[in-house]
Amino acid sequence: MIEAENLTKKFGNLTAVDYLTLKVNAGEVFGFLGPNGAGKTTTVRMLCCLISKTSGTAKISDYTIGEESDCLKIRKLIGLVPDNVGLYDDLTAYENLDFYGKLYKLNKADRKTNIQHFLEMLGLWEKRDVMAGTFSKGMKQKLAIARALIHDPQILFMDEPTASLDPESAKTVRDFILKLKKEKKTIFLNTHNLDEAQRICDKIGILNTKLMALGSPEELERSMGNRRTVIQLEKISERILKSLENLSLGNITSEDNKLTIKLDDPYNENPAIVRAIVQAGGNVQSVSVFSSTLEETYLKLVRKRE
Amino acid sequence: MNLSAAWIVAQKDLKSIRRKKSILYSLIFFPLLLSLLFPGVIVFASRPGTGGIPVDYFPSLLNAFSFFFVIAAAVLPTAIASYSIVGEKVEKSLEPLLATPTTDGEILLGKSIAAFLPPLIAIFACSILYMILIDYVTYPTLGYIIFPNVSLAIILFIAIPLAEVLSIELSVIASSRATDVRAANQIGGLMFIPFMIIYIGSEIGLIVLNDTNLLIISAVIFVVDIALFYLGKATFQREEILTKWK
Repeated sequence: MIEAENLTKKFGNLTAVDYLTLKVNAGEVFGFLGPNGAGKTTTVRMLCCLISKTSGTAKISDYTIGEESDCLKIRKLIGLVPDNVGLYDDLTAYENLDFYGKLYKLNKADRKTNIQHFLEMLGLWEKRDVMAGTFSKGMKQKLAIARALIHDPQILFMDEPTASLDPESAKTVRDFILKLKKEKKTIFLNTHNLDEAQRICDKIGILNTKLMALGSPEELERSMGNRRTVIQLEKISERILKSLENLSLGNITSEDNKLTIKLDDPYNENPAIVRAIVQAGGNVQSVSVFSSTLEETYLKLVRKRE
Repeated sequence: MNLSAAWIVAQKDLKSIRRKKSILYSLIFFPLLLSLLFPGVIVFASRPGTGGIPVDYFPSLLNAFSFFFVIAAAVLPTAIASYSIVGEKVEKSLEPLLATPTTDGEILLGKSIAAFLPPLIAIFACSILYMILIDYVTYPTLGYIIFPNVSLAIILFIAIPLAEVLSIELSVIASSRATDVRAANQIGGLMFIPFMIIYIGSEIGLIVLNDTNLLIISAVIFVVDIALFYLGKATFQREEILTKWK
């Protein structure tokens, strides 16, 4: 659905996006993470045919970005929620959506149906005749999402849709994205919010001008290799430590009757470890597996680049 | 270019303008002032004991007065063009608009139509009042109805639309640099100067605002319009707007 290969954007001497290669399948929610200035917005703008690419290729559906005739077709397929909502404050919520519906050439009946559908879904139908300028930030953001969806696009680009929203509004927006996910919409989500990305996205890309990592949230967590098993025992004895040494495991540390063992594949290695402890007379109280969080992975990758 | 898309953009801007009372008042005030002021000047100059205005001086005097409507046409659209382009730039509403299947040309044309029509309607409406009042106050002296005439037709139907286009094009170019509506308005307001120079030139006898010269002035505006059209088109481009307009 969205494919980029070596996509690059330079502004003079400044490289904003460097050889970006990624693929987002139909119906996937793709989270694009990265610090400010990482090139996330530039990427979205290139993919939406708002700015030109310097080199590389990218396709939305079967249309190529950068080709004038394809750009209009791409813009029909997509919806964009930019980082600034950019509503017309002196038009009502209904008029804002109606204007965009007309630009997408929807007939009057379809416009009316879609406007009602999305305003009701987002809890704004009662406010349809209120000027958008009087709306709260959260309401404006919801209206901007409705605007991006008015023509029922196949792909939705969202640039930090929950940034600067209060927790309740952010949750409403996130829940709405999850509803769209159920409807199998393809969503390209720029976000700073790691928890949001982890909860919503099927696939995550970490960008810092270059693409630092790409995969499912679980794959990214595993990719850092920092996986460990923590075993809480009633009491650690020399006999237990000796029996574990015989298993030739990785780094073992012990503290307060708690053993921490670094492992490559804890789910396969844990049974043998527990067996050895029990045979050595140990009483196992709990076994937990830890790996790097997405946050740790993100920070490690971003700092590495810096 | 899809004219219906441009008209959708224009309709949206016209709806916003209708709700901005300050813009509406500024559109009406200047041409209305002209249509009341000049007949008043004639009445004042013709009052008993002043000797009145020489009859053969009337045509050039009235042409000079009528030329003020061209000045109005050069100044008034800047208020709307600044509001509809810089306003959108400030409110960041251009990006979602640019993400629709609408071309740069359609958006620019739509915004230009919205900036073009209201001043034109205001000027035309006030010029009717102006013609009626001038005819009323000059008839006793001239013995015939002076308006409508060819000179005013040239002004209304050629010079005024061309001056409006010039004003809109300059506003588009100014919009790429202006950071707020007021600054764009001020830049656009500079349009007043060349037309005022022409008017002063006519008052001090450097130029006569007869039909021929009005056509020549219109032709010059037309040439400048063409040049600015290409400059404006180069300025109003998606990438320029999103990455270079500050």
